Amino acid sequence: MERRDFLKNTALISGAFMVPAFLKPLEAIAKGDLTGHKNLVIIQLSGGNDGLNTVIPYGNDIYYQKRKTIAINKPDIVTLNDMQGLNPNLSALKEIYDQGWMSIINSVGYPNPDRSHFRSMDIWQTGSDANQFLSTGWIGRYLDSNCQTCKNPYTAIEVDDTLSLAMKGAKMKGIAVQDPNKLFQTTREPFFKDLVHDHGDANLNEDNLGYLYKTMIETYSSADYIQKTSKTYNVTAQYPNTGLGYQLKNVSKFINSGLDTRVYYVSLSGFDTHVGQQGQQGRQLKIYGDAVAAFIKDLKATGKLDDTLVMTFSEFGRRVEQNASNGTDHGTANNVFMFGGKLKKQGIFNDSPDLSTLDNGDLKYQVDFRDIYATLLDKWLDVSNSQVLNKNFAGLDLI
Amino acid sequence: MNNSKNIKHLYARAGFGIRFEDLHDHQNWSIRKSVKKLFQASEKIEPLKAVTENIDLRPKPAAELTEDQKRALNQERNQQEKALNDAWVKQLSTTGAQLREKMTLFWHNHFSCNVGNFYYQQELNNIERANALGNFKTLLMQVSQTPAMLQFLNNQQNQKNHPNENFARELMELFTLGRGHYTEQDVKESARSFTGWAYNGKDGTYKFNNGTHDTGVKTFLGQTANFCGEDIMNIITSNKQTAVFICTKLYKYFVNEVPDDIHIGQMADVFYKENYEITPLLKFVFLSDWFYDEKNIGNLVKSPVEFLVGLNRQFYINYQNPDVLMQFQRTLGQVLFRPPNVAGWPGGRSWIDSSSLMYRMKIPSTILNAGVIDFTGKATPEDEAYLASQRKQQLNVIKRVQATPDWDKFLKDIPKDTTHEDIARFMLEPDLNKTVIDEVNRPGDIKSVIIEIVSTPEYQLC
Repeated sequence: MERRDFLKNTALISGAFMVPAFLKPLEAIAKGDLTGHKNLVIIQLSGGNDGLNTVIPYGNDIYYQKRKTIAINKPDIVTLNDMQGLNPNLSALKEIYDQGWMSIINSVGYPNPDRSHFRSMDIWQTGSDANQFLSTGWIGRYLDSNCQTCKNPYTAIEVDDTLSLAMKGAKMKGIAVQDPNKLFQTTREPFFKDLVHDHGDANLNEDNLGYLYKTMIETYSSADYIQKTSKTYNVTAQYPNTGLGYQLKNVSKFINSGLDTRVYYVSLSGFDTHVGQQGQQGRQLKIYGDAVAAFIKDLKATGKLDDTLVMTFSEFGRRVEQNASNGTDHGTANNVFMFGGKLKKQGIFNDSPDLSTLDNGDLKYQVDFRDIYATLLDKWLDVSNSQVLNKNFAGLDLI
Repeated sequence: MNNSKNIKHLYARAGFGIRFEDLHDHQNWSIRKSVKKLFQASEKIEPLKAVTENIDLRPKPAAELTEDQKRALNQERNQQEKALNDAWVKQLSTTGAQLREKMTLFWHNHFSCNVGNFYYQQELNNIERANALGNFKTLLMQVSQTPAMLQFLNNQQNQKNHPNENFARELMELFTLGRGHYTEQDVKESARSFTGWAYNGKDGTYKFNNGTHDTGVKTFLGQTANFCGEDIMNIITSNKQTAVFICTKLYKYFVNEVPDDIHIGQMADVFYKENYEITPLLKFVFLSDWFYDEKNIGNLVKSPVEFLVGLNRQFYINYQNPDVLMQFQRTLGQVLFRPPNVAGWPGGRSWIDSSSLMYRMKIPSTILNAGVIDFTGKATPEDEAYLASQRKQQLNVIKRVQATPDWDKFLKDIPKDTTHEDIARFMLEPDLNKTVIDEVNRPGDIKSVIIEIVSTPEYQLC
């Protein structure tokens, strides 16, 4: 193959190659270190998922009063207790819930909520206060904390083409891998390979050029590690044929192959339902519920559920009262889901949202989302939360 | 004397890079003459005109629209956003007024604003362009009174008895003084002074609302009177810290991400003495010896827009479907008119992660050699309403770039007998290492060598 063929084709297959000596330390980590290591999977629902039509407070009449045309009818609801139940499109999660692998935290938010998508997403991804602007994400700062388990560029993987702010630290950043083979092939294009293999150490200075070369080499090396490791495991469980299903199947492959990664990040778009909400949200919830149920059952079957925690969030919930276009507008507090085999309080974690005491038509938050992050950092990722969140949060009795 | 290295540096920073055709003329010019020419070329002001209707002024309020009407409205907004984005990228890529556009890009980030009305966004952008090289005080005042900014920073809701401090806070924290140079009390008091600054929702123009203005006495930065908004602006700009703050940001934008207090101090002296005129300040920077110091050459990370515009200009690229440029912006993390928050894009190394670097190294071959795009950018949070209303899960992805570079024009201007290595030295700002020299010296046709040159890590820097 002509080395300059990459100029015509972007995806190429390339053969075996020698690992240059300077890359070896990264790959030489013994698998033995990894036994029992814990994985965190974050699923982001983008656009502001309407929590009240996701976990429906059907026992509260106010819900039906405020949502004349878009409320979910009682007989259709998958009831969880006498107050709350799941949207019928999440019926696949009922089994997971009944097994005690799911926990629902109601009314999660932060003080002085912002109703703009990008600002509120920013706040959730950076873990900042509402009036504070951070240019690094909370997982990124976890990587920066230089803890025992987060030294590698593949410690945090986003299953996507591009990397979210949540995954970017000041010094370290996660890596975006939609498809390990594609990433591997991209980095093995002849010209890229030449640059990696032939560069001298002189290129690895502290300046920006050194940073670029270092990033390139780490990408090259990580692509190899991720591809080689993940291909040793074949996912046999059935996943729905959706984008999210495919992404979670890849996460399962990564986890089960023993990849030395601790955080996985995936997103699902399409929740900004100002107009004609029922159909659109229903479709998205079905994609979500079916994929997550398949994923949790898969992990249970492979014995990894006890080592895995899944958290789902959205940047905000929606207003309690529907709008005139059979949709809902931007609101504030929302529910957060946790899944795993080691949940302390299974089922519904705290009281159903209070629909009578509202702040300007919106739910008041009861749980600061950073208390959830703090719990994950302290008890799951083994790093003190104040180091990452810039102040200390008490955390919750979740895990 | 051959001044080409310094001239190249000047164009890389004050513009979006130099072309071979320009270097012929300019390499024997003095720096002084080149700087003069750069400013002359930027005297012309070309406002963007892509958005012709202010959708929000239509008689029927959005709340009364049917589902289908709302959907159609969302589509219109989306079209306006694309048109505006495309128009600016085109202007950045073709204008002779490089310095003016480069400064407009600076103010676009400095006065970071993200609202869904693209008529207002365009108006703000045109104010930033018209004043890009003019007077900062005028610019600040005009920007602060645009519907875009009044809406974005909630001054529309800032009223006597119900003050909203958002604008007052960001004005000081991000636009003028910087953190640590005012107190919470100053924020509260100045917010009262800005009550009544609003725009008319019927015609979309600024109006001062006497009825909602707080006429009481305020104490701000140690002075006490019944200040209005204009008084607050004057007090802020008469404080030299504002000059220091702006000069620090400009130094990081044009010279080096690591601030040099002595050089910034010199800049602030000029800026303050010249009553915040931007042109003399920039001339001072471009004519300073330290601007051409070795350590200040080839060490800034190009923003995604600088990267794309640089390619467009260098190769005279024409896009059959300009939407692909927005897709590239999304993939690389900088969509014009969609800054991540009021603090703007953080810039520098934050542009580069493993995936964005790979895409930057692949994009030149997909554009210049009709490659296939096999990656997509994530929808921005603000794309979500559009996605949901159109019952979509993700944005459409363009697989083929469909662009035509003008290779003939590009190649014609390369002097005969120029070696591959010389071409690389011309097109890349950092010093070349052996790897790159070896790569370009391998035998191969000239186009392939040139595509390799712009596919290197070095090309990411300016």
